Amino acid sequence: MSYQKFFNPEESYSRSEIEALQLERLQATVKHCMDSPFYKERFRKAGLSPSDIRTLDDLKKIPFTTKQDLRDTYPFGLASVPLDKCVRLHSSSGTTGNPTVILHTQKDLDAWANAVARCLWMVGCRPEDVFQNSSGYGMFTGGLGFQYGAEKVGMLTVPAAAGNTLRQIKFFTDFGTTVVHAIPSYASRLYEVMCEKGIDPRRDTKLRTLVIGAEPHSEDTRKRIENMLGVKAYNSFGMSEMCGPGVAFECPEQNGMHIWEDYYIVEIVDPDTLEPVPDGEVGELVLTTLRREAMPLLRYRTRDLTRILPGECPCGRHHIRLDRMKGRSDDMIILKGVNIFPIQIETILMQFEELASDYLITLETVDGNDDMTVDVEMKDLFIDDYGKLQTLNREITRQLRDEILITPKVRFVPKNTLPKSEGKAVRVVDTRKKY
Amino acid sequence: MTVHQLSVFIENKSGALVRVLKLLKKENIQLIASTVADTVDYGICRIICSEPEKAYNVLREAGVTVSLCEVFAIELDDTPGKAADAIEIFANEGISISYLYSFLLKGKGILLFRTDNAEMAAEIIVSNGLNAIEEKDISRLL
Repeated sequence: MSYQKFFNPEESYSRSEIEALQLERLQATVKHCMDSPFYKERFRKAGLSPSDIRTLDDLKKIPFTTKQDLRDTYPFGLASVPLDKCVRLHSSSGTTGNPTVILHTQKDLDAWANAVARCLWMVGCRPEDVFQNSSGYGMFTGGLGFQYGAEKVGMLTVPAAAGNTLRQIKFFTDFGTTVVHAIPSYASRLYEVMCEKGIDPRRDTKLRTLVIGAEPHSEDTRKRIENMLGVKAYNSFGMSEMCGPGVAFECPEQNGMHIWEDYYIVEIVDPDTLEPVPDGEVGELVLTTLRREAMPLLRYRTRDLTRILPGECPCGRHHIRLDRMKGRSDDMIILKGVNIFPIQIETILMQFEELASDYLITLETVDGNDDMTVDVEMKDLFIDDYGKLQTLNREITRQLRDEILITPKVRFVPKNTLPKSEGKAVRVVDTRKKY
Repeated sequence: MTVHQLSVFIENKSGALVRVLKLLKKENIQLIASTVADTVDYGICRIICSEPEKAYNVLREAGVTVSLCEVFAIELDDTPGKAADAIEIFANEGISISYLYSFLLKGKGILLFRTDNAEMAAEIIVSNGLNAIEEKDISRLL
Protein backbone atom coordinates (compact mmCIF):
# COMPACT_ATOMS: atom_id res chain seq x y z
CA MET A 1 0.00 0.00 0.00
CA SER A 2 1.27 3.48 -0.73
CA TYR A 3 0.90 6.32 1.73
CA GLN A 4 1.69 10.01 1.87
CA LYS A 5 5.16 10.88 3.12
CA PHE A 6 4.12 13.37 5.80
CA PHE A 7 1.56 12.79 8.51
CA ASN A 8 0.81 16.52 8.78
CA PRO A 9 1.38 19.28 6.20
CA GLU A 10 3.22 21.33 8.88
CA GLU A 11 6.07 18.82 8.70
CA SER A 12 7.18 20.11 5.31
CA TYR A 13 6.78 23.82 6.08
CA SER A 14 9.63 26.09 5.06
CA ARG A 15 11.43 28.11 7.74
CA SER A 16 9.39 31.21 6.99
CA GLU A 17 6.14 29.27 7.15
CA ILE A 18 7.19 27.72 10.47
CA GLU A 19 8.15 31.07 11.92
CA ALA A 20 4.96 32.79 10.79
CA LEU A 21 2.92 30.04 12.44
CA GLN A 22 5.07 30.24 15.57
CA LEU A 23 4.50 33.97 15.98
CA GLU A 24 0.76 33.59 15.52
CA ARG A 25 0.63 30.78 18.07
CA LEU A 26 3.01 32.48 20.51
CA GLN A 27 0.83 35.57 20.62
CA ALA A 28 -2.27 33.45 21.18
CA THR A 29 -0.48 31.42 23.87
CA VAL A 30 0.72 34.49 25.76
CA LYS A 31 -2.80 35.95 25.67
CA HIS A 32 -4.19 32.64 26.93
CA CYS A 33 -1.59 32.53 29.74
CA MET A 34 -3.20 35.60 31.25
CA ASP A 35 -5.98 33.27 32.36
CA SER A 36 -3.44 31.66 34.69
CA PRO A 37 -2.98 33.59 37.95
CA PHE A 38 0.67 32.57 37.95
CA TYR A 39 1.53 34.05 34.55
CA LYS A 40 -0.68 37.07 35.09
CA GLU A 41 1.37 37.91 38.19
CA ARG A 42 4.65 37.15 36.39
CA PHE A 43 3.81 39.54 33.59
CA ARG A 44 2.67 42.22 36.00
CA LYS A 45 5.92 41.97 37.95
CA ALA A 46 7.99 42.11 34.77
CA GLY A 47 6.00 45.09 33.54
CA LEU A 48 5.00 43.12 30.46
CA SER A 49 1.75 42.91 28.61
CA PRO A 50 0.81 40.34 25.93
CA SER A 51 0.76 43.12 23.34
CA ASP A 52 4.52 43.58 23.90
CA ILE A 53 5.12 40.31 22.07
CA ARG A 54 5.24 41.52 18.47
CA THR A 55 8.02 39.37 17.06
CA LEU A 56 9.49 35.97 17.91
CA ASP A 57 12.49 37.80 19.32
CA ASP A 58 10.22 39.46 21.89
CA LEU A 59 9.94 36.06 23.55
CA LYS A 60 13.21 36.91 25.31
CA LYS A 61 11.39 39.55 27.35
CA ILE A 62 9.38 36.87 29.10
CA PRO A 63 10.83 35.43 32.34
CA PHE A 64 11.76 31.75 32.41
CA THR A 65 9.49 29.14 33.96
CA THR A 66 11.23 26.50 36.07
CA LYS A 67 10.48 23.14 37.57
CA GLN A 68 10.44 24.92 40.91
CA ASP A 69 7.54 27.03 39.63
CA LEU A 70 5.64 23.83 38.89
CA ARG A 71 6.34 22.61 42.41
CA ASP A 72 5.45 25.91 44.03
CA THR A 73 2.11 26.02 42.26
CA TYR A 74 1.33 22.35 42.93
CA PRO A 75 -1.16 21.03 42.12
CA PHE A 76 -3.27 23.29 39.88
CA GLY A 77 -1.74 26.77 40.15
CA LEU A 78 -0.44 26.86 36.57
CA ALA A 79 -3.71 25.93 34.91
CA SER A 80 -4.96 28.39 32.31
CA VAL A 81 -8.40 26.80 32.07
CA PRO A 82 -10.94 25.87 34.74
CA LEU A 83 -10.40 22.39 36.11
CA ASP A 84 -13.70 21.15 34.70
CA LYS A 85 -12.30 21.63 31.18
CA CYS A 86 -9.42 19.27 32.01
CA VAL A 87 -9.73 15.56 31.28
CA ARG A 88 -6.33 14.13 32.26
CA LEU A 89 -3.65 14.69 34.84
CA HIS A 90 -0.11 13.31 34.80
CA SER A 91 2.18 13.73 37.75
CA SER A 92 5.90 13.20 37.93
CA SER A 93 7.53 11.69 40.95
CA GLY A 94 8.72 14.17 43.48
CA THR A 95 12.09 12.89 44.60
CA THR A 96 12.86 16.31 46.00
CA GLY A 97 9.97 18.32 47.36
CA ASN A 98 6.53 18.45 45.77
CA PRO A 99 5.76 16.38 42.72
CA THR A 100 4.67 18.24 39.59
CA VAL A 101 1.31 18.05 37.89
CA ILE A 102 0.53 18.47 34.22
CA LEU A 103 -3.08 18.97 33.18
CA HIS A 104 -4.61 18.24 29.79
CA THR A 105 -7.81 19.20 28.05
CA GLN A 106 -9.22 16.92 25.36
CA LYS A 107 -7.71 19.26 22.77
CA ASP A 108 -4.29 18.83 24.44
CA LEU A 109 -4.59 15.07 24.34
CA ASP A 110 -5.57 15.13 20.67
CA ALA A 111 -2.63 17.39 19.82
CA TRP A 112 -0.31 15.14 21.82
CA ALA A 113 -1.53 11.98 20.08
CA ASN A 114 -1.06 13.73 16.75
CA ALA A 115 2.53 14.65 17.61
CA VAL A 116 3.39 11.08 18.62
CA ALA A 117 1.66 9.72 15.52
CA ARG A 118 3.67 12.13 13.37
CA CYS A 119 6.89 10.81 14.94
CA LEU A 120 5.95 7.17 14.40
CA TRP A 121 4.79 7.81 10.85
CA MET A 122 8.10 9.55 10.13
CA VAL A 123 10.04 6.34 10.86
CA GLY A 124 7.78 4.23 8.69
CA CYS A 125 5.08 3.01 11.08
CA ARG A 126 1.89 2.31 9.13
CA PRO A 127 -1.57 0.92 9.93
CA GLU A 128 -0.48 -2.63 9.06
CA ASP A 129 2.16 -2.56 11.81
CA VAL A 130 1.74 -4.14 15.23
CA PHE A 131 3.00 -1.80 17.94
CA GLN A 132 3.94 -3.22 21.31
CA ASN A 133 4.37 -0.62 24.01
CA SER A 134 6.75 -2.16 26.53
CA SER A 135 6.94 1.01 28.54
CA GLY A 136 5.55 1.76 31.97
CA TYR A 137 1.95 2.96 31.97
CA GLY A 138 0.22 4.82 34.75
CA MET A 139 1.75 8.20 35.48
CA PHE A 140 4.71 7.52 33.20
CA THR A 141 3.77 9.38 30.02
CA GLY A 142 5.58 6.93 27.73
CA GLY A 143 2.69 4.51 28.27
CA LEU A 144 -0.45 6.42 27.35
CA GLY A 145 1.47 8.84 25.15
CA PHE A 146 2.59 6.13 22.75
CA GLN A 147 -0.67 4.24 23.13
CA TYR A 148 -2.78 7.09 21.72
CA GLY A 149 -0.14 8.04 19.15
CA ALA A 150 0.18 4.50 17.81
CA GLU A 151 -3.59 4.15 17.66
CA LYS A 152 -3.80 7.45 15.82
CA VAL A 153 -1.46 6.01 13.16
CA GLY A 154 -3.89 3.11 12.96
CA MET A 155 -1.56 0.41 14.22
CA LEU A 156 -2.74 -2.56 16.19
CA THR A 157 -1.45 -1.43 19.57
CA VAL A 158 -0.53 -3.79 22.38
CA PRO A 159 -0.33 -2.08 25.81
CA ALA A 160 2.11 -4.69 27.09
CA ALA A 161 3.54 -2.29 29.70
CA ALA A 162 6.96 -2.84 31.27
CA GLY A 163 8.19 -6.03 32.85
CA ASN A 164 7.11 -9.66 32.61
CA THR A 165 9.75 -10.25 30.01
CA LEU A 166 8.71 -13.77 29.06
CA ARG A 167 5.22 -12.55 28.27
CA GLN A 168 6.64 -9.68 26.22
CA ILE A 169 8.55 -12.17 24.11
CA LYS A 170 5.52 -14.39 23.72
CA PHE A 171 3.60 -11.37 22.43
CA PHE A 172 6.35 -10.67 19.89
CA THR A 173 6.04 -14.13 18.43
CA ASP A 174 2.26 -14.61 18.83
CA PHE A 175 1.08 -11.20 17.65
CA GLY A 176 3.75 -10.57 15.03
CA THR A 177 4.92 -7.36 16.70
CA THR A 178 6.83 -5.18 14.24
CA VAL A 179 7.43 -2.05 16.33
CA VAL A 180 8.42 -1.91 19.99
CA HIS A 181 8.77 1.02 22.32
CA ALA A 182 11.06 0.36 25.29
CA ILE A 183 13.71 2.15 27.26
CA PRO A 184 17.22 1.16 26.09
CA SER A 185 18.14 -0.88 29.18
CA TYR A 186 14.95 -2.88 28.84
CA ALA A 187 15.58 -3.50 25.14
CA SER A 188 18.88 -5.12 26.12
CA ARG A 189 17.12 -7.17 28.73
CA LEU A 190 14.55 -8.40 26.20
CA TYR A 191 17.39 -9.59 24.01
CA GLU A 192 19.16 -11.39 26.86
CA VAL A 193 16.02 -13.28 27.76
CA MET A 194 15.34 -14.15 24.13
CA CYS A 195 18.82 -15.66 23.94
CA GLU A 196 18.26 -17.64 27.10
CA LYS A 197 15.04 -19.02 25.63
CA GLY A 198 16.68 -19.84 22.31
CA ILE A 199 14.71 -17.22 20.40
CA ASP A 200 16.49 -15.49 17.55
CA PRO A 201 14.88 -12.07 17.06
CA ARG A 202 15.74 -12.07 13.35
CA ARG A 203 14.42 -15.56 12.67
CA ASP A 204 11.58 -15.89 15.14
CA THR A 205 10.05 -12.40 15.27
CA LYS A 206 8.97 -9.70 12.82
CA LEU A 207 10.57 -6.92 14.85
CA ARG A 208 11.71 -4.15 12.55
CA THR A 209 11.57 -0.89 14.43
CA LEU A 210 12.44 0.04 17.97
CA VAL A 211 11.60 3.32 19.62
CA ILE A 212 13.95 4.15 22.46
CA GLY A 213 13.92 7.11 24.78
CA ALA A 214 13.63 8.20 28.39
CA GLU A 215 17.15 7.04 29.32
CA PRO A 216 20.15 8.87 27.95
CA HIS A 217 22.09 6.52 25.75
CA SER A 218 25.08 6.71 23.49
CA GLU A 219 25.31 6.05 19.76
CA ASP A 220 27.19 2.82 20.55
CA THR A 221 24.34 1.66 22.76
CA ARG A 222 21.92 2.28 19.92
CA LYS A 223 24.09 0.35 17.45
CA ARG A 224 24.50 -2.48 19.91
CA ILE A 225 20.74 -2.75 20.42
CA GLU A 226 20.12 -2.55 16.68
CA ASN A 227 22.56 -5.38 16.04
CA MET A 228 21.17 -7.53 18.82
CA LEU A 229 17.55 -7.29 17.78
CA GLY A 230 17.99 -6.80 14.05
CA VAL A 231 16.01 -3.56 14.07
CA LYS A 232 16.35 0.13 13.33
CA ALA A 233 16.24 2.02 16.61
CA TYR A 234 15.01 5.60 16.71
CA ASN A 235 15.66 8.01 19.50
CA SER A 236 12.62 9.63 21.04
CA PHE A 237 12.63 12.72 23.22
CA GLY A 238 9.89 13.95 25.46
CA MET A 239 9.14 15.01 28.98
CA SER A 240 6.01 15.07 31.04
CA GLU A 241 6.06 18.88 31.29
CA MET A 242 5.64 18.93 27.48
CA CYS A 243 2.95 16.20 27.56
CA GLY A 244 5.44 13.36 27.29
CA PRO A 245 6.82 11.65 24.18
CA GLY A 246 6.36 13.28 20.80
CA VAL A 247 8.39 16.43 21.42
CA ALA A 248 11.32 15.46 19.20
CA PHE A 249 12.09 12.32 17.25
CA GLU A 250 14.65 11.00 14.84
CA CYS A 251 13.79 10.75 11.18
CA PRO A 252 15.07 7.85 9.03
CA GLU A 253 18.41 9.67 8.71
CA GLN A 254 19.06 8.85 12.40
CA ASN A 255 21.04 12.02 12.74
CA GLY A 256 19.43 14.27 15.32
CA MET A 257 15.84 14.56 16.47
CA HIS A 258 13.45 16.91 14.71
CA ILE A 259 11.66 18.97 17.28
CA TRP A 260 8.20 20.00 16.15
CA GLU A 261 8.41 23.74 15.89
CA ASP A 262 4.71 24.15 15.22
CA TYR A 263 4.32 22.84 18.79
CA TYR A 264 7.32 24.44 20.51
CA ILE A 265 9.68 27.36 20.28
CA VAL A 266 13.21 26.19 20.99
CA GLU A 267 15.94 28.13 22.74
CA ILE A 268 19.31 26.85 23.92
CA VAL A 269 20.76 28.86 26.79
CA ASP A 270 23.80 28.75 29.01
CA PRO A 271 22.46 27.25 32.27
CA ASP A 272 24.53 29.68 34.36
CA THR A 273 24.11 32.98 32.54
CA LEU A 274 20.75 32.11 30.88
CA GLU A 275 22.03 33.85 27.76
CA PRO A 276 21.58 32.13 24.38
CA VAL A 277 24.59 30.00 23.44
CA PRO A 278 26.21 30.46 20.03
CA ASP A 279 24.67 28.36 17.25
CA GLY A 280 25.54 24.68 17.48
CA GLU A 281 26.86 24.81 21.04
CA VAL A 282 25.61 22.78 23.96
CA GLY A 283 23.32 24.41 26.47
CA GLU A 284 20.09 23.94 28.32
CA LEU A 285 17.00 23.34 26.23
CA VAL A 286 14.26 25.91 26.87
CA LEU A 287 10.82 25.31 25.39
CA THR A 288 7.72 27.42 24.95
CA THR A 289 4.56 25.48 24.22
CA LEU A 290 2.45 26.68 21.30
CA ARG A 291 -0.45 24.23 21.32
CA ARG A 292 -1.24 23.73 24.97
CA GLU A 293 -4.62 24.69 26.33
CA ALA A 294 -4.74 23.48 29.93
CA MET A 295 -1.23 24.42 30.98
CA PRO A 296 0.80 26.43 28.51
CA LEU A 297 4.41 26.95 29.61
CA LEU A 298 6.49 29.92 28.58
CA ARG A 299 10.26 29.55 28.30
CA TYR A 300 10.32 26.41 30.40
CA ARG A 301 13.82 25.40 31.48
CA THR A 302 13.91 21.67 30.76
CA ARG A 303 17.33 21.13 32.37
CA ASP A 304 18.16 18.85 29.45
CA LEU A 305 21.45 19.68 27.82
CA THR A 306 21.72 19.46 24.06
CA ARG A 307 22.61 21.47 21.00
CA ILE A 308 20.97 22.31 17.71
CA LEU A 309 22.53 20.43 14.82
CA PRO A 310 23.52 22.83 12.09
CA GLY A 311 22.50 22.38 8.47
CA GLU A 312 19.57 21.00 6.55
CA CYS A 313 18.32 17.46 6.99
CA PRO A 314 18.12 15.44 3.76
CA CYS A 315 14.70 14.13 4.84
CA GLY A 316 12.98 17.32 3.69
CA ARG A 317 11.81 18.56 7.07
CA HIS A 318 12.91 22.02 8.08
CA HIS A 319 12.08 21.62 11.76
CA ILE A 320 15.41 21.93 13.57
CA ARG A 321 17.24 18.89 14.85
CA LEU A 322 18.41 18.42 18.43
CA ASP A 323 21.50 16.39 19.12
CA ARG A 324 21.02 13.48 21.48
CA MET A 325 20.67 14.68 25.04
CA LYS A 326 24.03 15.14 26.76
CA GLY A 327 22.35 14.48 30.07
CA ARG A 328 20.40 16.71 32.37
CA SER A 329 21.94 19.67 34.04
CA ASP A 330 20.91 18.00 37.30
CA ASP A 331 22.44 14.63 36.25
CA MET A 332 25.80 16.25 36.07
CA ILE A 333 28.33 14.86 38.50
CA ILE A 334 30.84 17.28 39.91
CA LEU A 335 33.81 15.35 41.22
CA LYS A 336 36.98 17.09 42.32
CA GLY A 337 35.79 20.16 40.46
CA VAL A 338 35.34 18.30 37.17
CA ASN A 339 31.95 18.20 35.44
CA ILE A 340 31.08 14.68 34.32
CA PHE A 341 27.99 13.25 32.66
CA PRO A 342 27.12 9.57 33.03
CA ILE A 343 26.65 9.38 29.27
CA GLN A 344 30.38 10.07 28.79
CA ILE A 345 31.17 7.01 30.87
CA GLU A 346 28.59 4.91 29.10
CA THR A 347 30.01 5.86 25.72
CA ILE A 348 33.37 4.43 26.72
CA LEU A 349 31.99 1.28 28.36
CA MET A 350 29.86 0.35 25.37
CA GLN A 351 32.96 0.02 23.24
CA PHE A 352 34.02 -3.06 25.21
CA GLU A 353 32.28 -6.17 23.98
CA GLU A 354 33.28 -8.05 27.13
CA LEU A 355 30.86 -5.89 29.12
CA ALA A 356 27.09 -6.21 29.42
CA SER A 357 24.99 -3.07 29.12
CA ASP A 358 24.49 -2.11 32.76
CA TYR A 359 26.84 -0.06 34.85
CA LEU A 360 26.76 1.85 38.11
CA ILE A 361 28.72 4.92 39.08
CA THR A 362 29.30 5.27 42.82
CA LEU A 363 30.66 8.43 44.34
CA GLU A 364 31.90 8.11 47.87
CA THR A 365 34.15 9.75 50.37
CA VAL A 366 37.04 7.50 51.37
CA ASP A 367 39.54 8.85 53.90
CA GLY A 368 38.40 12.37 53.15
CA ASN A 369 38.84 11.93 49.39
CA ASP A 370 35.98 11.86 46.93
CA ASP A 371 36.32 8.81 44.70
CA MET A 372 34.46 7.35 41.80
CA THR A 373 33.90 3.65 41.35
CA VAL A 374 32.40 2.30 38.17
CA ASP A 375 30.86 -1.15 38.47
CA VAL A 376 30.54 -2.87 35.13
CA GLU A 377 28.67 -6.09 34.48
CA MET A 378 30.57 -8.90 32.82
CA LYS A 379 28.92 -10.68 29.93
CA ASP A 380 28.55 -14.41 30.01
CA LEU A 381 31.57 -15.34 27.99
CA PHE A 382 33.99 -13.53 30.17
CA ILE A 383 37.68 -14.29 30.07
CA ASP A 384 38.77 -16.95 32.52
CA ASP A 385 42.22 -15.49 32.95
CA TYR A 386 43.23 -13.04 35.66
CA GLY A 387 46.00 -11.54 33.63
CA LYS A 388 43.68 -10.71 30.76
CA LEU A 389 40.98 -9.45 33.12
CA GLN A 390 43.51 -7.12 34.68
CA THR A 391 44.61 -5.89 31.28
CA LEU A 392 40.99 -5.29 30.36
CA ASN A 393 40.40 -3.43 33.61
CA ARG A 394 43.42 -1.24 33.03
CA GLU A 395 42.33 -0.45 29.48
CA ILE A 396 38.83 0.56 30.58
CA THR A 397 40.27 2.69 33.38
CA ARG A 398 42.68 4.39 31.00
CA GLN A 399 39.98 5.24 28.46
CA LEU A 400 37.68 6.56 31.19
CA ARG A 401 40.45 8.73 32.56
CA ASP A 402 41.12 10.15 29.09
CA GLU A 403 37.42 11.04 28.79
CA ILE A 404 36.56 12.37 32.26
CA LEU A 405 40.03 13.43 33.45
CA ILE A 406 39.61 11.52 36.70
CA THR A 407 40.83 8.01 37.35
CA PRO A 408 37.92 5.92 38.52
CA LYS A 409 38.18 2.52 40.12
CA VAL A 410 36.68 0.02 37.71
CA ARG A 411 35.15 -3.05 39.28
CA PHE A 412 33.85 -6.10 37.46
CA VAL A 413 30.60 -7.52 38.80
CA PRO A 414 28.51 -10.48 37.67
CA LYS A 415 25.62 -9.73 35.33
CA ASN A 416 22.17 -8.92 36.75
CA THR A 417 23.63 -7.75 40.04
CA LEU A 418 23.38 -4.00 39.59
CA PRO A 419 20.35 -2.27 41.11
CA LYS A 420 17.34 -1.33 39.03
CA SER A 421 14.43 0.84 40.03
CA GLU A 422 11.10 0.22 38.31
CA GLY A 423 12.92 -1.41 35.42
CA LYS A 424 14.96 1.71 34.77
CA ALA A 425 18.63 1.22 35.47
CA VAL A 426 20.10 3.15 38.37
CA ARG A 427 23.24 4.81 37.04
CA VAL A 428 24.58 6.99 39.82
CA VAL A 429 24.76 6.54 43.57
CA ASP A 430 26.25 9.43 45.50
CA THR A 431 27.13 8.80 49.13
CA ARG A 432 29.68 11.57 49.44
CA LYS A 433 29.76 13.54 52.62
CA LYS A 434 28.15 16.90 52.04
CA TYR A 435 29.71 19.74 53.93
CA MET B 1 42.66 -34.65 26.17
CA THR B 2 40.49 -31.86 27.50
CA VAL B 3 37.55 -31.80 29.86
CA HIS B 4 34.76 -29.29 30.36
CA GLN B 5 35.27 -26.77 33.09
CA LEU B 6 32.76 -24.27 34.38
CA SER B 7 34.22 -20.88 35.13
CA VAL B 8 31.95 -18.91 37.39
CA PHE B 9 32.42 -15.24 38.03
CA ILE B 10 31.42 -14.49 41.60
CA GLU B 11 31.27 -11.45 43.74
CA ASN B 12 33.60 -11.33 46.67
CA LYS B 13 30.91 -11.40 49.31
CA SER B 14 29.43 -13.97 51.59
CA GLY B 15 26.75 -16.16 50.10
CA ALA B 16 27.90 -15.74 46.50
CA LEU B 17 29.70 -19.07 46.30
CA VAL B 18 27.12 -21.01 48.23
CA ARG B 19 24.41 -19.77 45.89
CA VAL B 20 26.23 -21.33 42.94
CA LEU B 21 26.89 -24.59 44.74
CA LYS B 22 23.29 -24.87 45.90
CA LEU B 23 22.03 -24.48 42.36
CA LEU B 24 24.16 -27.47 41.37
CA LYS B 25 23.10 -29.43 44.42
CA LYS B 26 19.46 -28.92 43.55
CA GLU B 27 20.08 -30.55 40.17
CA ASN B 28 22.03 -33.39 41.74
CA ILE B 29 25.20 -32.41 39.94
CA GLN B 30 28.32 -33.79 41.54
CA LEU B 31 31.47 -31.73 42.00
CA ILE B 32 34.64 -33.58 41.05
CA ALA B 33 37.18 -30.84 41.53
CA SER B 34 36.99 -27.15 42.15
CA THR B 35 39.13 -24.21 42.95
CA VAL B 36 38.38 -20.63 43.87
CA ALA B 37 40.82 -17.84 43.26
CA ASP B 38 40.07 -14.38 44.44
CA THR B 39 41.03 -10.79 43.90
CA VAL B 40 39.92 -7.87 46.05
CA ASP B 41 36.68 -7.44 44.14
CA TYR B 42 35.73 -10.75 42.64
CA GLY B 43 36.58 -14.39 42.38
CA ILE B 44 36.57 -17.03 39.72
CA CYS B 45 35.36 -20.44 40.77
CA ARG B 46 36.47 -23.23 38.46
CA ILE B 47 34.52 -26.43 38.60
CA ILE B 48 34.83 -29.90 37.10
CA CYS B 49 31.57 -31.74 37.62
CA SER B 50 29.29 -34.43 36.36
CA GLU B 51 27.03 -33.23 33.50
CA PRO B 52 28.89 -29.96 32.85
CA GLU B 53 26.57 -28.87 30.02
CA LYS B 54 23.51 -29.27 32.19
CA ALA B 55 25.29 -27.45 35.00
CA TYR B 56 26.14 -24.61 32.61
CA ASN B 57 22.51 -24.24 31.56
CA VAL B 58 21.27 -24.37 35.13
CA LEU B 59 23.62 -21.60 36.19
CA ARG B 60 22.95 -19.49 33.12
CA GLU B 61 19.22 -19.65 33.57
CA ALA B 62 19.64 -18.62 37.19
CA GLY B 63 21.43 -15.51 35.94
CA VAL B 64 24.91 -16.55 37.07
CA THR B 65 27.84 -15.19 35.05
CA VAL B 66 29.40 -18.39 33.82
CA SER B 67 31.32 -19.77 30.88
CA LEU B 68 31.96 -23.31 29.79
CA CYS B 69 35.49 -23.93 28.59
CA GLU B 70 38.01 -26.68 27.99
CA VAL B 71 40.99 -27.42 30.18
CA PHE B 72 43.69 -30.02 29.71
CA ALA B 73 43.50 -33.03 31.98
CA ILE B 74 46.26 -35.57 32.41
CA GLU B 75 46.51 -38.55 34.67
CA LEU B 76 49.69 -39.26 36.64
CA ASP B 77 50.85 -42.13 38.81
CA ASP B 78 50.48 -41.27 42.46
CA THR B 79 54.20 -41.15 43.23
CA PRO B 80 56.39 -38.22 44.28
CA GLY B 81 57.78 -36.04 41.48
CA LYS B 82 55.37 -37.02 38.73
CA ALA B 83 53.77 -33.57 38.58
CA ALA B 84 57.19 -31.93 38.42
CA ASP B 85 58.21 -34.19 35.53
CA ALA B 86 55.06 -33.47 33.59
CA ILE B 87 55.15 -29.72 33.99
CA GLU B 88 58.85 -29.58 33.21
CA ILE B 89 58.08 -30.87 29.74
CA PHE B 90 55.88 -27.83 29.08
CA ALA B 91 58.39 -25.46 30.62
CA ASN B 92 61.13 -26.83 28.37
CA GLU B 93 58.98 -26.08 25.34
CA GLY B 94 58.42 -22.52 26.54
CA ILE B 95 54.76 -22.97 27.34
CA SER B 96 53.34 -21.15 30.34
CA ILE B 97 50.70 -22.63 32.57
CA SER B 98 48.00 -20.00 33.20
CA TYR B 99 46.54 -21.93 36.09
CA LEU B 100 46.63 -25.46 37.42
CA TYR B 101 44.91 -27.50 40.04
CA SER B 102 44.97 -31.17 40.89
CA PHE B 103 43.12 -33.84 42.73
CA LEU B 104 43.48 -37.50 43.59
CA LEU B 105 40.99 -40.01 42.35
CA LYS B 106 41.17 -43.75 42.98
CA GLY B 107 44.92 -43.73 43.44
CA LYS B 108 45.61 -41.55 40.43
CA GLY B 109 46.69 -37.96 40.39
CA ILE B 110 44.77 -35.76 37.95
CA LEU B 111 46.27 -32.47 36.78
CA LEU B 112 43.94 -29.87 35.32
CA PHE B 113 45.46 -26.84 33.62
CA ARG B 114 45.24 -24.19 30.98
CA THR B 115 48.22 -22.94 29.00
CA ASP B 116 48.92 -19.88 26.91
CA ASN B 117 49.18 -22.04 23.78
CA ALA B 118 46.57 -24.78 23.56
CA GLU B 119 47.66 -26.09 20.17
CA MET B 120 51.27 -26.65 21.14
CA ALA B 121 50.31 -28.04 24.51
CA ALA B 122 48.15 -30.64 22.78
CA GLU B 123 51.07 -31.68 20.56
CA ILE B 124 53.35 -32.01 23.56
CA ILE B 125 50.86 -34.21 25.38
CA VAL B 126 50.70 -36.54 22.39
CA SER B 127 54.43 -36.58 21.55
CA ASN B 128 55.42 -37.21 25.16
CA GLY B 129 52.86 -39.92 25.65
CA LEU B 130 51.23 -38.21 28.59
CA ASN B 131 48.11 -39.96 29.77
CA ALA B 132 45.40 -37.53 28.71
CA ILE B 133 41.88 -37.75 30.04
CA GLU B 134 38.76 -37.14 27.98
CA GLU B 135 35.41 -35.83 29.09
CA LYS B 136 33.90 -39.30 28.91
CA ASP B 137 36.63 -40.64 31.24
CA ILE B 138 35.49 -38.27 33.95
CA SER B 139 32.19 -40.02 34.53
CA ARG B 140 33.98 -43.36 34.31
CA LEU B 141 36.32 -42.28 37.08
CA LEU B 142 33.43 -41.42 39.39
